[in-house]
Amino acid sequence: MMLAEMAVTKDKSLYVQLYQHFAPKVKAYIIRLGMMEATAEELTQEAMLNMWRKSHLFQPGKSAASTWLFTLARNQSIDWMRKQKYPEYSWDDIQESSDDVSGVDAGEQAVQSERVALAISQLPENQAQVVYMSFYEGCSHSEIAERLKVPLGSVKSRIRLAAEKLKLTLRGEQ
Amino acid sequence: MKINHHLDEATLFSYVAGSLSQGMALVVACHVSICDTCKGRVLETESIGGALLDGIASDNISEQLSEDGLKQVLARLDEEEPEVLPDNKITSRFISRDDVPAPLSDYIGNSLESIHWMRLAPGFFYYDVCKERQGICRLLKVAPGKSLLPHGHQGNELTLLLRGSYEDEMGHYTQGDVVDVDDQVEHQALIGGDEDCICLLATDSPLRFTTLLGKILQPISGF
Repeated sequence: MMLAEMAVTKDKSLYVQLYQHFAPKVKAYIIRLGMMEATAEELTQEAMLNMWRKSHLFQPGKSAASTWLFTLARNQSIDWMRKQKYPEYSWDDIQESSDDVSGVDAGEQAVQSERVALAISQLPENQAQVVYMSFYEGCSHSEIAERLKVPLGSVKSRIRLAAEKLKLTLRGEQ
Repeated sequence: MKINHHLDEATLFSYVAGSLSQGMALVVACHVSICDTCKGRVLETESIGGALLDGIASDNISEQLSEDGLKQVLARLDEEEPEVLPDNKITSRFISRDDVPAPLSDYIGNSLESIHWMRLAPGFFYYDVCKERQGICRLLKVAPGKSLLPHGHQGNELTLLLRGSYEDEMGHYTQGDVVDVDDQVEHQALIGGDEDCICLLATDSPLRFTTLLGKILQPISGF
């Protein structure tokens, strides 16, 4: 797995390949969060630099490279927007469990990502909408409720239903 | 530690998406740090984030990276790393016997004993952990036998028990449990046991007190 290998060897040619694959996606994600182009470019560079600097923290058995990159990009953006650090959980002692879905190689990850993309496209529109508003617009439950003019409880039940379906897809059960 | 009350799926999803308020994200991070069940759920939800990132096609011109972006980053790879504080992700689940989960220690230090509590009423103390645009994020310390005023909510309320126990109409909560409620719920908590109950509480909008006394005290208490 390329990222895990880079973490050990510190091979810059691997870094270049990872950069070329992930940096455009990270920048596109940050732009979707509402950043101006120049800021998105800057935050992307910082996130990609963190991929190098923090690579020793990447645990290939626990998450896929794209999942880890997602958390780096998310934290970089939120920290910049809020001017304070997004609270992160500590995970030194995660119990390995048999239904752990995250320990996957790059090939499996690509298949998994396609499955999730397909599953999102098949969600009822009102569920897909809350997924996008949460992930790409950073909207809280109350903000979504206000914008869609629906009760808070409806927003939360749509998110629950969407999350449940997407997790079943990740586990390959649907 | 036996944890019986966990996070609502909708709360967990928004935490991973990065769309929770700072205070609510802090309560989630603290609970997840000490709860293996919710840690597994968060990892799974992060995989959804990874898949979303992986699925982004950047065909828009403004989303393309500038040509010298890679060069600039490569030039910085060998730079001395700025000195960083220890990463939360590699610290232990509780950083002291005082039951301060690692993410909370960034805000209050390592001990619940050194907090400068503000007195709200006899047996009731609070400490504001961080400032919120809407809602609150505070530690509450309540003496055994006391009960909180009955209240409902306009938004979400998250409470993590750090010490002691309490019960309300929905259940009995002990250390590590999280109480995740919203505008569908009205409740009144009664502090049990024989020690102070200390909890970390965050809301994303003001509480709705259901008694006249609560309404009178609301501006004073800051809830």
